[in-house]
Amino acid sequence: MIPPILEARGISRRFGGLVAVDNVTMSIPAGQILGVIGANGAGKTTFVNMVTGWTQPSSGSFVLNGRDITGLSPRTIARLGVTRSFQIPQVFLNLTVAENIAIAQGLAENSVARLFQSIGEPSRVLGCEAILDRFSLTHWADRRVLELPQGARKLLDIAMAMTRRPMLLLLDEPTSGVAREEKFKLMDQVFAAIAGLQVTVLFVEHDMEIVARYVSRVVAFFQGRVIADGSCDEVLAHEEVREHVVGRTWVQRGTNA
Amino acid sequence: MMSSKTHLAAAVVQSNWKLGHQGDRLLVPIFAGLVVASFFVPAWLLSNGAVTLARALAVLGLILMLRAGLVSFGQGLYFCLGGYSVGMLDLVGVSDLVLRILGGGALCFVVALPVGFLLRRYRGLFFAMLSLAFSMLLFGLLVRSQTFGSTDGFNVVPTTLFGASLAGQQLQRVIFIAAATTGLICCLLTSRYFDTVVGRIAPALKDNEVRIEYLGHSGLALIHFEYTIAAIMTGFAGAIVAMAIGHIDPEMAYWTTSGDIVFIAILGGHTHVLAAFLGSVVFELVHTVALWLTPGTWRLILGAVLLLLILKLPEGLWSLFRRRA
Repeated sequence: MIPPILEARGISRRFGGLVAVDNVTMSIPAGQILGVIGANGAGKTTFVNMVTGWTQPSSGSFVLNGRDITGLSPRTIARLGVTRSFQIPQVFLNLTVAENIAIAQGLAENSVARLFQSIGEPSRVLGCEAILDRFSLTHWADRRVLELPQGARKLLDIAMAMTRRPMLLLLDEPTSGVAREEKFKLMDQVFAAIAGLQVTVLFVEHDMEIVARYVSRVVAFFQGRVIADGSCDEVLAHEEVREHVVGRTWVQRGTNA
Repeated sequence: MMSSKTHLAAAVVQSNWKLGHQGDRLLVPIFAGLVVASFFVPAWLLSNGAVTLARALAVLGLILMLRAGLVSFGQGLYFCLGGYSVGMLDLVGVSDLVLRILGGGALCFVVALPVGFLLRRYRGLFFAMLSLAFSMLLFGLLVRSQTFGSTDGFNVVPTTLFGASLAGQQLQRVIFIAAATTGLICCLLTSRYFDTVVGRIAPALKDNEVRIEYLGHSGLALIHFEYTIAAIMTGFAGAIVAMAIGHIDPEMAYWTTSGDIVFIAILGGHTHVLAAFLGSVVFELVHTVALWLTPGTWRLILGAVLLLLILKLPEGLWSLFRRRA
């Protein structure tokens, strides 16, 4: 049995009378690529926000590698090895792609002495070049983020999250806002880029077709509850999932011959 | 391959803030030139010059915050504290030039550190107004304080240098050279700082504080750090002004002082350390010429200059010197 990287134990979050996340318990084994699906408002993003400390759970706890991280700040949790990307990329819009990566890389080094070194210090520049290369962002390097298409911004967002070499990466709807025909290409690039970096991935998405291609396990959220948890086939066969998440008429592409 | 790598390295280092070391080469010659010039100009120009350089130092501090997207309308607080620190040192019999400058910075450090804990939580207009409130608080306190001469302020004891007493033109020249030296040191350090990882956080933070947090660092800590550094530089400036004019009064904390500092930052621009000095020199020129032309309406002329500048050179006078890509 692979030890879990992250365990959520009875997590709930209420916003006034609304229960956004309702008693969620799940465990993510190291190295797994886990998909989280659910309609808008199902509690997926709230869950991600709680894992990273942006929102505090009303009850329950998160355990990262055996350590309780409930109540810690996002920056502490990031330092402990959990980073994320965002549905709307959280990048530095007025700076160049290279600068975005260089700042992320510089901040990831966790050394006060290094923080006060030149941003263009040769070993850091080499590191940045490697990241830009890995995420196919090299040709955008000297462009400001404002000039980038959404797909490239998403890649940059994920690349910045990866500069810390996290053990757990949370991807919050990485393909939203990206043209339908670009989605698979983008996710292929993402998973190729992080392959071999020993990172566990929690991949939030509401497009089941994309999830099915990349993950080995799916958790379905509905109204803040986990209604199904298992392999893609198992989850898709689940009555409530067909009712509330993917729709009764949903058929996986390729099986619809 | 090699050339594309070099290009990439340049892209990483280069910033649209163009705050790297380019222009650094100019710093030492410019300030050395000022020192040399000080031997050939009349005393009144020396004291005006020292005030101009000191004001530029306060603007340099403000530039640190402007880069993070924060406008402080209360730098007068530290300008005034720097000035009054000279008076406080007088009370214990210290009149040495170096100790006075360092004392101004030290007092501001002691005040900015706790005040920063509150201010760093605010952004935009709230930050501006709260910083203004603190400076007006000091103004109010000083106006009511008999010890510090109420609205009249008080005269400071003539400055000494390492125990030697100075007078007249020689004294003014020494203060001017001290202002230029402090200016040079602050410029070199700030310029170097802008090139470091920490120094690059400010414009990033202006864009997106959330990402800074998720990269494992606190935007609040950075703002606090830069606010305190700015306060220290403004404290140096206040002490220099007190010595150059030989008099301090609560007006140094009044909102118009803070407003002038913001004005100069807009006038000069905030994309290079020297922009603060260029702005300060032009400000002093406009001030002098306007007073000479129509004594009662110099704020009107200043306002017109600012209006024209915002329309024609929104990035300030320094943008005239920036090489366009």
